[in-house]
Parts: sequence; C-alpha cells; structure tokens
Amino acid sequence: MLYSEKVMDHFSNPRNVGEIENADGIGEVGNAKCGDIMKMYLKIDNGVITDVKFKTFGCGAAIATSSIATEMVKGKTIKDALKLTNKAVVEALDGLPPVKLHCSVLAEQAMKSALSDYYRRQGIDPVPIVGEIGECEACH
Amino acid sequence: MEKRFVYADNSATTKISKEVLDAMMPYLTEGYGNPSSIYKLGRDSKRAIETAREKCAAALGCTPSEIYFTGGGSESDNWALIGTAHKLAPTGKKHIITTAVEHHAILHTCAALEKEGFEVTYLPVDSEGKISLTDLENAIRPDTALVSIMYANNEIGVINPISEIGKICRKKGVLFHTDAVQAVGNVPINVTEQSIDMLSLSGHKIHAQKGVGILYIRRGINLPNLINGGGQERSKRAGTENVPAIVGLGVALENAVSDIPGKIEKVSKMRDRLIDGLLKIERTRLNGSRTDRLCGNVNISVEGVEGESLLLSLDLKGICASSGSACTSGSLDPSHVLLALGLPHEVAHGSLRLSISDETTDEDIDYILEVVPEVVDRLRSMSPLWERIKKAEK
Repeated sequence: MLYSEKVMDHFSNPRNVGEIENADGIGEVGNAKCGDIMKMYLKIDNGVITDVKFKTFGCGAAIATSSIATEMVKGKTIKDALKLTNKAVVEALDGLPPVKLHCSVLAEQAMKSALSDYYRRQGIDPVPIVGEIGECEACH
Repeated sequence: MEKRFVYADNSATTKISKEVLDAMMPYLTEGYGNPSSIYKLGRDSKRAIETAREKCAAALGCTPSEIYFTGGGSESDNWALIGTAHKLAPTGKKHIITTAVEHHAILHTCAALEKEGFEVTYLPVDSEGKISLTDLENAIRPDTALVSIMYANNEIGVINPISEIGKICRKKGVLFHTDAVQAVGNVPINVTEQSIDMLSLSGHKIHAQKGVGILYIRRGINLPNLINGGGQERSKRAGTENVPAIVGLGVALENAVSDIPGKIEKVSKMRDRLIDGLLKIERTRLNGSRTDRLCGNVNISVEGVEGESLLLSLDLKGICASSGSACTSGSLDPSHVLLALGLPHEVAHGSLRLSISDETTDEDIDYILEVVPEVVDRLRSMSPLWERIKKAEK
C-alpha cells in the first residue's frame, strides 16, 4: 500500500481529533463490519463552522481522510462545507490508492451527516439542502 | 526506551543469512556457467545444484531425485494441485480435500480447479484453528484424488497433525500434499516417516533468497511437466536453473533443520512472553491454539482498533508486523483464516501478527511490549468503536 506523504502526515499527526461537548451537529457513518466508522462533531455559530472534531475507527486512509476533511471545513460557512466532495479530499491528500477511495467517500458522508444532524436540530428537513446520505457502497 | 528497529514479520519473509549469501556469491560472480554445459565451468554449476539437492533431500528425509527446485512456494503448490488433478482426472478422480484456512496459493488454485469441473471439500476448523481428523476421514471418497493440508498456518501458526493425516491418506490410498512453507525449520519434518507424498517449501522463509522453492514429489508419482523445454529438473520444470538461489537454498535448508529443538526452546520462550504481555491489554485475544503453535508466531485481536492503522503506527515506531486486516490485502473482507475461527468481522479487522525468529532478542520483545500498548491506547482514544464497546460494558 503506497500512501502519499500527506496521507502519512495526517495519519501520524491527525488534526482535530476528539469530541465537542454540546456539539451543534454530530454525524456517524460506516460500520464496524467493513472496518471503518467515522464520527464528526460540529460547532456552528451564525452559519459558520467554528469548531470541528472527529473520531475514526479505520485504516490509515480513513484516519487521514477524516483529519483533512475537518481541516477543509473549519472556519468555513455551512454553504461552503456542503461543497466538500470526496474528490477534493483525495486531491488534498495528493491521491489515495484505488482500494482506499471509499474512505474519502466516507469522509464526505460523515461531514454531510453531521450537517444534516445540525439542520434536524433546528427543525429543518436536511434532505433538500444536504441530500440523501447513502450507505457506503463499498460495504455492499 | 529508545526507538529501535524490530523485524517481527518473519512469516512474510526473512533476512538472507550471511552463510547463505557467502555460499551464493561465487555463483553470482565467477561461477556463471550454465549447468547444462559440458565444460568445467558448466559442470561446476551442475555439481553445485546437485550438492544443494543432496542437502535438501537429507533435510527432508527423502532421496535427491525426489527434490524439484521451483520458483517458490506458490509455484510448488500450483504444480502439486493442478498436476495431480490433471493426472488423475482421466481415472475419474475429480475430488480434492483441503482446509478453509490454507494459503491463497492453495485456495485460489482449488477455485481454478473447481471452474474446470473438479469438486473441492474445504474442511472447517474449530475456534482454535484445528481440523478434525474424523472430518478428514469422512470426507475421503472413492473419487478423491488428493488431500492438501498445510503443515502450519501462516497467519495463526497452528501446526496440523501431519503424521496422522499422512497415515489416514496412505490407509485410504489417497495422495497427500502439504504446504510446509511456514513449518520448515520450525518443526522436525521427515517426508518418508510421515507418509507425505508431496511437500512445498519456500526459500525466503528460511533465510534464503526470494523466488526459489522446492516441491518434493515422492518417487512413483509422475506429475505432468510444469514447464516444457530442456531437460532441467528431470525435464519436469525446464529452464536454466537459478544456480545461486538453489545453492543458497541448500545451505539455508541445511541450517534450518540443524537444531530445531534448540530453536523451539529459545524462540518459544520469547513468543510466550510476547503473548502473555500483549494479552494484558484489555479486550485482546490470542488467535489459534496456544499449544500446537509455531514457536515464532503471535496473532492477537485487539478490539476497537483497525489492523492497518495499528501496523502503520508500529511502523512509525520501527516495528515491522503484519495483520489479517482487510485493508492490508486490498479487499474489504478481513482474513479468511480469522473468519474461519468464528471471529466477528469487526474483531478480525483488528488483528496483529508478530512472527519472531532466532535473531529476535529479549530487548526486541521488551520494546514491542512497550510500544504496542501505547499505540493501541492512542488509536482507541480516537475510535468511535472503542467508545461504543466501553459504553456497552457499563
């Protein structure tokens, strides 16, 4: 498995690890059976993501994609955070081995799941804004 | 403790020993003659190969003419299975028996034979990784061509009762092949006394180089040629011999069997210290039998942690290890061996294999025992699965 230096950097020094007490949105995707679970915590003030933390059970790529995804949305507006794609995550990591691409999908889904949870807590239906968050295709 | 380099993946491959390299060097330099050539330079190469063959035969308890040099363990496995299947198919024998926990060189070859119309029985294992001899006896049918059961498992180190299996096969008149890639040098082997008809081994697991191996084929078994061409390897595997590799393998195998009881005593002590130390980490389990186990094999499952991230973390600390995790194999399913033991997927994902050798030191073991708990703690602290496990405990 050939990981880029960026992946190894985010794996060995993951950014924003942990939990947020009184988070405004929490999302969790993946399952233990296929070996990846990602959980994202968001603190949102006036439509801006002021803090973000993650916890991940998974391989090196899963940890690195979670870490970089948190970096990519921190300080951004919800609107910008919703634009986070798995492709952008892969690019930011200088690429991922093909068998690990599903980890970047999980990172995107984890972020969207946390944003959906935020909207739900506001009493807003998240589906028209965030869209449906499917199951990880690689697991099925 | 200061950071050090610890190689604990000897089941994956081993370091070439100095003695092996020294024996090979002349044939990588001035002794380049083709063993099939008539002049002295060629004859010297030929003699070197035959000396290696004699050493290998002595190490395995057979005659030199029963030793065939191949390109490695996988090639030997393929030849034994496909060769036997094709040889015996015209007699109506189209059934093969193996186990659910074999190396992929066996399992994928069996799958290829199934596509050709052969029927394969995969014997299950119990929670300790052991097969049942009664299951084996019951599985043998009049149309069984071959029984192929590994000597020792590459992931969990479980040693099979090869002599008993050999007896059963001989009694029933069925050919018996064993993949002994992991066992050679770790358990005493005598193919004649143990009624083994074919045996595969690999050079690079016993301090020889990669890309060389042996298939022992008992006299009287006439497998179809593996490679057609010249007269090398009794015309069964044509192609100019890899002289330096074969010379190295001869020395490596001779050394590997020179003091097996001594190796077992020394290495199993370190292994046991490693197992006991690692099992002190909460929610870990040993995979595979504690007693019928290779002297250098440790395989544990660590709940709440994924195997690949464990390996990468250990690598950052200088420790080379291996895992049955899906992520290391490029597929999403964890090890078929761990699943065959009945482990749930999520536990199988978090497995760690450490394979030590007689070059491992007590200081290496101390270092592993210091580093693994630290790394596990760190990964667990960021694992939502671990969080869930701890919540469920309360």
